[in-house]
Order: sequence, then C-alpha cells, then structure tokens
Amino acid sequence: MKYINEFRDGDIAQKIAARIRIEADPARSYSFMEFCGGHTHAISRYGVTELLPDNVRMIHGPGCPVCVLPIGRIDLALSLALERNVIVCTYGDTMRVPASGGMSLIKAKARGGDIRMVYSAADALGIAEDNPTREVVFFAIGFETTTPPTALVIRDAQARGLTNFSVLCCHVLTPSAITHILESPEVREYGTVPIDGFIGPAHVSIVIGYQPYVPFAEDYRKPVVIAGFEPLDVMQAILMLIRQVNEQRCEVENEFTRAVSAQGNLTAQAVVADVFDVRPTFEWRGLGEVPHSALRIREAYALFDAERRFDLRYKPVADNKACECGAILRGVKRPTDCKIFGTVCTPENPMGSCMVSSEGACAAHYSYGRFKDIAVVAA
Amino acid sequence: MCLAIPVLVVEVLPNQRAMIDLSGVRKAISTALLDDVAVGDYVILHVGYAIGKLDPEEAVRTLALFGELAQSEAAFDAASKAASEAASEAAAGEAIPS
Repeated sequence: MKYINEFRDGDIAQKIAARIRIEADPARSYSFMEFCGGHTHAISRYGVTELLPDNVRMIHGPGCPVCVLPIGRIDLALSLALERNVIVCTYGDTMRVPASGGMSLIKAKARGGDIRMVYSAADALGIAEDNPTREVVFFAIGFETTTPPTALVIRDAQARGLTNFSVLCCHVLTPSAITHILESPEVREYGTVPIDGFIGPAHVSIVIGYQPYVPFAEDYRKPVVIAGFEPLDVMQAILMLIRQVNEQRCEVENEFTRAVSAQGNLTAQAVVADVFDVRPTFEWRGLGEVPHSALRIREAYALFDAERRFDLRYKPVADNKACECGAILRGVKRPTDCKIFGTVCTPENPMGSCMVSSEGACAAHYSYGRFKDIAVVAA
Repeated sequence: MCLAIPVLVVEVLPNQRAMIDLSGVRKAISTALLDDVAVGDYVILHVGYAIGKLDPEEAVRTLALFGELAQSEAAFDAASKAASEAASEAAAGEAIPS
C-alpha cells in the first residue's frame, strides 16, 4: 500500500536505530510517553523496543479510547439495549469491553439485545432510516479523529428530520488527558513516572493540528514530536526527542508533515464546534474524573442526545480489584506487573479494558511482546 | 481506534462523496470534512470519512530524511572502514621492519 509500506522498511529502521545508539547519551536515561494506542501497537508489533538502547524507555500512555472508557458508560449502552428495546449501534472496538456483572455488549447481543457493529457512524444513521418504528442509538466513542464523523451524522439526522436517532456521546479530548498526566502526583511529586517528552498523536493531530501541544513544550517544558503510526515514523520521532533532550530544547516538532499542519483540519473543527461543547468533567478509566476532557451534544441538537432523550444518569462503577488497567494507563505499571495478565485476562477473555483493543498496552504486549520475556533454553 | 489509512481518490461523486481505491479495493467514502478533493489526491480515510489529505511532497521529503540519514550512516561506515583499514595498514607497516 502506497505511503504505508515505505514507512515500514526494516533496513532503514536499523539505520535509524544505529543513529539513536550513537546519539543517546549513555550517562543518562530517556523516558518518553507515546500517548496514542496506535503508537503503542506499532511499537509492540514491529519490535521497536528491541531496537532501542537500554537507557531509552517507552511508557505507554492512555490514548486508547476503548481502554479509557469507564464501565458506567458501557452500562448505559447495555441498559438501552436490554431494558429500553433500543437498537444500539457501535464500533467493533467497544463490543468486548467488560461492563458490570460480567456483561459486555457482545454478551448482551447473545442474550437477545439488538446490538449492531458498524464500520461508520453513517451506517448507524442508515439503520435508523431502515427502522423507523425503532429507537436507534449510536454509542459513540473516540478521540478527536473519530469525533467529526459523529458530528456530521448528527447534523445529517437533523437535516433528514429523523426522529428515532440519537447519540450516546463518549468522545474525549487528547490535550486535557496529557495535562492530567503531567499534573498527576506520579509525574509531579513522586517522579515514579519520569517523562522526558511525548510522541504526539498522528491522526488526532490531522484534525486538531500541532498548535494545541505548544503549552506542553512551553509551560511544562516537555518536548513533543508529532509522529505517524508507522514504525519508521516512531523511530524517527524517538531520535528527534533524544536530540531535543540532549540540546535542552522543549519544542513541538512535527515528523508527520505529510498529513499534519499547524492548524489542522479547520472544516472538521468547525463541524465539531457546531454540534458539541465541552463537559465540565468526565470519568476516564484509570485517570478518574478529568476536567474539561470530553464532549457533549449542544442544546441545539438536544433531540439527538441519547442522554437527554432517555434520561440516562451516569453511575460510576469500580474496576475489577485484580485489574491493574488504571495504573497501566497512567504509565505507573507495565502489563507484566499485573497478576492476571496472560492468565485470567487474555484477549479472548479480557478482564480489563487494556486487553480488549489491539491498541491497549496489555493486548499489544500479549500479542507481540510476551514471548521475549521467556528465556530461551538450549535443547 | 484512530486507525486511518491513505487511499487514492479515483472518482469524485455528488453529495460530497468520492470513490477511493486501496490496493484494488474500491469504496465510496464521505469527503464532507474536506474543502476540496480531486481525482489523484491521496486522502486519509477513517471510519468512512476522509479526515485529511496526504501531501505527497512532504511524504517524499520525510522519506528522503530517512534516506539522508541512511546515506550519512553509509558515509560514516565507509569513512570508519577506510580509517580502520588505514590504521591496520599503518600497523602492518610498523610491524614489518624496513
């Protein structure tokens, strides 16, 4: 595939790795957080960690919308499907996220709930048009990348005069999550999560541009390099971060120039601003309540807001006690630090959300990284 | 979740839609989030919507940056190889009494 394969070349990766080994100062260590699940996935899948010297460590961030979705939000979607006879449409990613009482959307579907997996928000709208006698709710999750399509279907629904379609909006915002991590006691006080810089989001940044990251460089003195999701992009971004640290620079640099501009996609931003406004607070799994970190549907589109339409009240639910997803999402623990990793909790039967999405830190390590933890024994 | 791929626009359709091609797979997508789109453009496709355009010149530039790195690496390797050969020749020269 053009513009993908070129950015996966193993020989060039080895050369960037050699450059990283030359430029990384052996007298110090480097810890960089890749915010996005897309980067986490690429790092695990392509073995980027193995190409880095021991003193360069990658910390997985909370940028996987499936992983940060709290149980209480999935419970709301479940109640619509099982108690209100609603057709719930959702992206495949949310189907297996564990909810209260051992339930998930896929188990609810097996019990007769009308839950439909869709590729696109537009498909949910189509289902509403095809089922005029049924209520159809689109369970919308995702970061800034996924928000503009949801905004467009809400506007489309209004334009077409649909009265049986609404959206359960769980869209979250990247910059406020990064701020929350930088303000967390683990980073600010205890230093248990040392962060020397960030690999900034790829596709989120196509929409919002790279300007929103400037405060992290200027106010928090953390270098940020926006990078594409292919392995060479990630390697090059790590090299650029090492150079910034070595030269004591704290800037926002853009490795993903082929798709990201300073301002981002202004058309998409205008559509989002028209349909959504910012919630005062929103619960994230692992991070807790994060102020100004999620979107809700504006009053002007209240008819299409499932929370208003069905008078839904959010109830927070504690995670499974054995699950370390919270600490893993904050970068405090690694997947292998969790007692149930790979035993009770597997991608086939996930206990925690980090094991659900292929972008989750646990699923990525389970699929690509766990074998290297096993010592090779000569026969 | 934020999975998105560069795809080639092969036909611009009415109502802000376009036909795209990805390694032979064709699909109609929405281009409502882009101001303008033309046949031959590469757009970044996410959940059925083009969320941005891919700049081919910047892609070439980024690849060249990797390439430059590779070249400077090659030059570095060649230089160090030449230096070590020279050193070993010198060492050999010293070892043989003249």
